[in-house]
Amino acid sequence: MSAEGLSGAARQVSSSLRAGFFGRFDPSKLVFAISALILLGLVGLPLFWLAVSALTDKTGAPSLANFERLFTDPTLLAPLRISLTVATCVSCISTLVAAPIAWIVARSDMPARQLIRALITASFVTPPFLGAIAWEVLAAPNSGLINVWYRALHDLPPFVHFIDIYSIEGLIFVDSCYALPFVFVLIANALDRIPADMEDAAAILGAPFWRVVATITLPLALPAILAGALIAFLRSLTLFGTPAILALPAGFHTITTKIWSLFQYPPNPGLAAAASLPLLVATVVLLKAQSWILGRRGYVVLGGRGAQTRRIELGALRWAAFALCLFVLCFPVFLPYFALLKAALTKTLAEPLLADNLTLQHIRFVFFEFSPTRLALRNTLLFAFVSATLGTSLALVVSYLANRKGVFGHSVLGFLATAPIAVPGIVLGVGMFIAYTRGPVVLYGTMWVMIIAYVTIEMPAAYQQLKSAFTGVAHELEEAGRVLGAGRLRTLKDITAPLLRTGVITAWCFIFIGVMRELSAAIMLFTAETKVLPVVIYDLNESGDLGAISVLGLMLLLVTLAITFVANRLPGLGVSAAGTK
Amino acid sequence: MRQHRAALSAIVAAISAFFACGASALPQATPVTPDLVEAARKEGKISFYTSVDVEVAEKVAAAFKAKYPGIDVLVERAGSERVFQRVEQERLANIRNADVVNSSDAAHYIIWKREGLLAPYVPEDVAAYYRNDADPEGYYATWRATLSPIGYNTKYIKAGEAPKSFADLLSPKWKGMMVKGHPGYSGTILTATFEISRDLGWDYLQKLAQQKVMQVQSSTEPPKKLALGERPIMADGNEYNLFTLKESGQPVDVIYPAEGTPFIASPSAVMAKAPHPNAARLFQSFLFTPQTQQLLIDAGGLRSLHPKTQEHAGRTPLKDIKLMRDDPAAVVDKVDEIKANYAKYFGT
Repeated sequence: MSAEGLSGAARQVSSSLRAGFFGRFDPSKLVFAISALILLGLVGLPLFWLAVSALTDKTGAPSLANFERLFTDPTLLAPLRISLTVATCVSCISTLVAAPIAWIVARSDMPARQLIRALITASFVTPPFLGAIAWEVLAAPNSGLINVWYRALHDLPPFVHFIDIYSIEGLIFVDSCYALPFVFVLIANALDRIPADMEDAAAILGAPFWRVVATITLPLALPAILAGALIAFLRSLTLFGTPAILALPAGFHTITTKIWSLFQYPPNPGLAAAASLPLLVATVVLLKAQSWILGRRGYVVLGGRGAQTRRIELGALRWAAFALCLFVLCFPVFLPYFALLKAALTKTLAEPLLADNLTLQHIRFVFFEFSPTRLALRNTLLFAFVSATLGTSLALVVSYLANRKGVFGHSVLGFLATAPIAVPGIVLGVGMFIAYTRGPVVLYGTMWVMIIAYVTIEMPAAYQQLKSAFTGVAHELEEAGRVLGAGRLRTLKDITAPLLRTGVITAWCFIFIGVMRELSAAIMLFTAETKVLPVVIYDLNESGDLGAISVLGLMLLLVTLAITFVANRLPGLGVSAAGTK
Repeated sequence: MRQHRAALSAIVAAISAFFACGASALPQATPVTPDLVEAARKEGKISFYTSVDVEVAEKVAAAFKAKYPGIDVLVERAGSERVFQRVEQERLANIRNADVVNSSDAAHYIIWKREGLLAPYVPEDVAAYYRNDADPEGYYATWRATLSPIGYNTKYIKAGEAPKSFADLLSPKWKGMMVKGHPGYSGTILTATFEISRDLGWDYLQKLAQQKVMQVQSSTEPPKKLALGERPIMADGNEYNLFTLKESGQPVDVIYPAEGTPFIASPSAVMAKAPHPNAARLFQSFLFTPQTQQLLIDAGGLRSLHPKTQEHAGRTPLKDIKLMRDDPAAVVDKVDEIKANYAKYFGT
């Protein structure tokens, strides 16, 4: 009997078994309907209002004026072109750097592999805007520490610089640093799962090492590499914080900062909505292209489960590989955190870290004088907890229903849960602002509008995480449960859920970290009572208070690390692999 | 001749009548009574939206809390244009959060008053000393003032070689050496840009844009970039951060350009729908007391219009500086044009 036939039979058996107790009502249908409605509301409502305001003029009459302006106004076309250029470069650079590092960490016998993974995690939890501020401290053309060192080393006069972070190249560089962990995790996880037998077979047949990599490893890892490049591209295209910090001083706009500036007085939400359309279209087209490329080829790794992964022996090159990893980590981790630490503890940033230059003034200011600190910290943690918990629950239900193909319309759910990836945070913020400042339910100004935004933005990541976790759970176990008379929900609770622990914790941490990093939607939606740390940091950056920013940024990082650490080690939840993701 | 004189005296009479009328129309001042203090204490809190430098704002907040224990001050600091954006967003969503608002774009108050967002309230000090610097109907008054001068880093530029005027900034010598704020974020810079474009013409700003100027947002940031040594000259930015940085030993100094220095008045007002109406009024009164005004001068480097304050030693007194006149009513009509021109020339 085929698997389909078995599951069909199981369904019949289970429904006829329960028919006597519950009639023909299947509670999973209700859950399905509710989650579909929630998802549709989360994504659909803001997009609907965006479309409405893009297609109407100020009086509310239908009009294409916004689009006309979008495609003719050079002050809108230039940012669009810059954003596409930056995103393409970021995608290439981060993939080219991440792929070899991922291979070294996942497949070689390099020393301290776990340490490297953990450090890459540190760069994952770093909010991109914080990284950008740290890189300002490091590489501003005149006051940047690297340029100060460079001049001192070569005995050069002031205003000669080595790097200028306020440039398109600088933006590409910083963006790449923080796209790196996303690409790395995707590729490293894929490489973890590729069994060594095929590589061994090729090697036994006499293929040299490079040929094994080119004909076996690379093709097997290709889906992950492509996915990584795509994620890097989309993230860069839709990022707000980094360009807001680096592009303005350089005198150019990216499409996200341009959209944001359209909300300055007098605000032009219609044009902002129209300007976000190219971002949406680009994302949808790319996601389609990806599934088209991957869908044409079979990537089933036979015997994947249980097969041993053999590590490639690098010999003397082990240490060279280790040095390479450390070198790469300088850019997203070591240098930025050194810069933040220095800015947090010194009176004059450009002076050396000596006793008479040390101060606790910034720490005192942040914790005892600066009034928003406490409220923002409390809000950030509260929102992160609530969003992570609600978001994981929703993603769990949706990925279960989408994965178990028995439910009608399962692919629609999967689409809805993935759709937010195509909506940049700033666009979603704009849409939500328009949607939730009008009736019937005015949510703007409450914590719920923030939580809805966070859940929506992080849904694709959580959904992907749980979907792949579900794929790992054999259908047969669930079907056995249902044959024995348990309903869908009971099977979910007793059989599937315990098998999903790791995935659930990882998804929870993903959302939690996501909230701590999120700026672009939050900046559109916060009010004084719902202020969060990223917004406070952004405000302080606007007035150039580097010391206070550094203290807050380091605090944000420590809190995030501590909570993800605890979440991964809670008794009863089991130890997961999330720490490395 | 006689005719001319008659015309002149008629004009003078009209002008003085106008001012007298404006002054006499100022509504009755509200004294700070124990009842007001008690009612404010019951509310326990005041939310202060301001664009003043965050450290200055926190110092004012601390002084208020010391004088009136039990009333917390929540400082919401952002650039004036972002303060305005948030007030606007909150108005659209019918959110009552701001109690007292302070923006360095005086034009905002004309718009807010028109939209009915402000409450008329005249503190005693305003009635007594701010007749010419308050709204005739008592909706707002100039809480603080500053200038947008040129600044330079004394470590990199000798006093004799520093630019003396806005025209000097166009010298090829200073290409790539300047930093300035952005009128889309900062009310101080918007006001300064208005005054400069009016007095020197857009031509000047168009040429300045060719000088590879580093663009930052708030007017509080150029002085900080100057002190860091990121750029040795600031083309605009506020005077008060230059004073506080200079007096704390940083290598920065002020230049009052020959053409005149943009003057920026920064009013304060109580919101009509303030969630803490009594605390808001108490706070607004507190803002205009000679003590608070002196604090703005001494700790904040700001200019005060309160005659009972002392100029700070070592700073050029306001009366000795050639000023460019502010004109909020004209800014209201010009704001679109200013921002569009700016985006055209400076790219952001």
